[in-house]
Amino acid sequence: MSNAPVDHGRRRFLTIATSVVGGVGAIGAAVPFIASWNPSERAKQAGAAVSADISKLEDGQLIRVEWRGRPVWIVKRTEEMLAQLADTENRLRDPGSKEPQQPAYAQNRHRSIKPEIFIAVGICTHLGCSPTYLPSDFAAQVEGIRSGFFCPCHGSRFDMAGRVFQNVPAPTNLMIPPYMFIDDNTVLIGEDEGAA
Amino acid sequence: MFKNMMSWIEYRLPFMDKMNLHVMQYPAPKNFNFWYFFGSLAMLVLVNQIVTGIWLTMNYEPSAEGAFASIEYIMRDVEYGWLLRYMHSTGASAFFVVVYLHMLRGMMYGSYQKPRELLWIFGMLIFLVLMAEAFMGYMLPWGQMSFWGAQVIISIFGVIPFIGDDLTLWIRGDYVISGATLNRFFALHVIALPLVLVILVFLHIMALHEVGSNNPDGIDIKRDNDGSVELTEADKKFTFHQYFTKGGKKVIVDAIPFHPYYTVKDLVGVAGFLLAFAFVIFFVPEGGGFFLEPPNFEVANPMKTPEHIAPVWYFTPFYAILRAIPDPLLGAIAMFLAILALALLPWIDRGKVRSVRYRCELHRWNLVMFCISFVALGILGVLPATPTYTVLSQIFSFTYFAFFGLLWLYSKNEKTKPLPVRLT
Repeated sequence: MSNAPVDHGRRRFLTIATSVVGGVGAIGAAVPFIASWNPSERAKQAGAAVSADISKLEDGQLIRVEWRGRPVWIVKRTEEMLAQLADTENRLRDPGSKEPQQPAYAQNRHRSIKPEIFIAVGICTHLGCSPTYLPSDFAAQVEGIRSGFFCPCHGSRFDMAGRVFQNVPAPTNLMIPPYMFIDDNTVLIGEDEGAA
Repeated sequence: MFKNMMSWIEYRLPFMDKMNLHVMQYPAPKNFNFWYFFGSLAMLVLVNQIVTGIWLTMNYEPSAEGAFASIEYIMRDVEYGWLLRYMHSTGASAFFVVVYLHMLRGMMYGSYQKPRELLWIFGMLIFLVLMAEAFMGYMLPWGQMSFWGAQVIISIFGVIPFIGDDLTLWIRGDYVISGATLNRFFALHVIALPLVLVILVFLHIMALHEVGSNNPDGIDIKRDNDGSVELTEADKKFTFHQYFTKGGKKVIVDAIPFHPYYTVKDLVGVAGFLLAFAFVIFFVPEGGGFFLEPPNFEVANPMKTPEHIAPVWYFTPFYAILRAIPDPLLGAIAMFLAILALALLPWIDRGKVRSVRYRCELHRWNLVMFCISFVALGILGVLPATPTYTVLSQIFSFTYFAFFGLLWLYSKNEKTKPLPVRLT
């Protein structure tokens, strides 16, 4: 055993250095435990964005694509449908889309990026049924409005921008997923970087 | 022979000494009333939850595909599976009943005041872990309310600015609540949180035995041994562990050993509790839809939201506060503050007198207002959020927080009644 006097500066340095190295090691060791809670590759794959070709979409036509297990509608609205969006507004629950049911870029009257292309999750906000698209027979549901969506389960009604009418069970407008146009003919549903 | 063996062990591990310290020679105030049952009852329920929980995992299948069916299997085909499950599910509600009463006891008799602040903090941590444990446990049957309740609770984290969305994704481990979420909650529910809970309970009791039990009079039973304390015949009757008398520096008045006096008294509480517990298990195991909610008898369906989502009854007071405020972020903050305010009670209450018996009249009524607010919020949290109920929730949220504000104001220069010299 050495009888040399205690070098306090050296002791403090060694204590701090050991603590710092040990601390960095502890943080590093925590990484796998925290990161393993992130969605797995399989979950990421299942939840990936889907692209849809809309070049063959005709006026008034609706196509469905599946995104995260839910039906997503893509509708090419006609001039007439767009014109009628203004007529419905006094009968809607949330005409200004104040409820956060859409990305910021779809918070407008037509609730879409391009006015004619309407994209929405086709699940009624009431109890999750999928409403029926009525391109020309909607007047039987709402007087004077030619087209819209009607939920057969409990009678909720939505206009051609997925906005819910008053006095129906559904509480909010249809949900608009995040999406972006890759080019004029292809839309990517589920991702929107740079599109806003 | 036996004595030799005992002393051999005692030399290496002072077991009897610790038993004396914490049980046989632990000085407990002689005036405990029924409010002091709930601590030991909480431990009883904890044991019940651990034992029945272990047995449930033997047949439960933690997967989105198999969970619901395995619960049906336990209920229908496993021998006494129904009993084990009802003991566990009723135990969850019973846990909160006894813990809420235990907390109210602490508030009435000022058990959080100096020097019991840390004891109170450990208790609040137990309460937090218990809430997490109960929430995750409720998800495991993978019924409709498991799924949608979890949806609502996890989305609360989504209101945190900037990191909210990423945080909820991280908690779920998927873009929607899925089997990944179920499995991690299962792991936390059966391993991580029970471990933490048991450690916290241990610390809670160690902290209690260090500072000593409070009592309905809120006065100390350990006095300085400076000759000013007159000991009665009863005081001289019992020997307490020398740890508490600090080698003669302290004398203990009006105390009785925890064992056999309070172990036996607690048995009466246990008997009463088990009577009520068994009644629920055998006659109303679903607790009228409050312990097990009707939508949870249907398998989780992400495509179909139940008509009305309400958390289990023990969360509803805080849920009502969350909903009372229209802005989701502010609502979540208010809910968090409602729990934090309780944890900070030792510092909000600036009074020196502990028990409500000797505090000002205003304090008594303030406590009554707090209880009414808590119960009213609990009821409102179950009901759908109509405009009338929202206004009521706002009023009672206000009175809930007003309790703490008023307490802080009047406790500084409070007109208290004279304290008794000895326990009454």
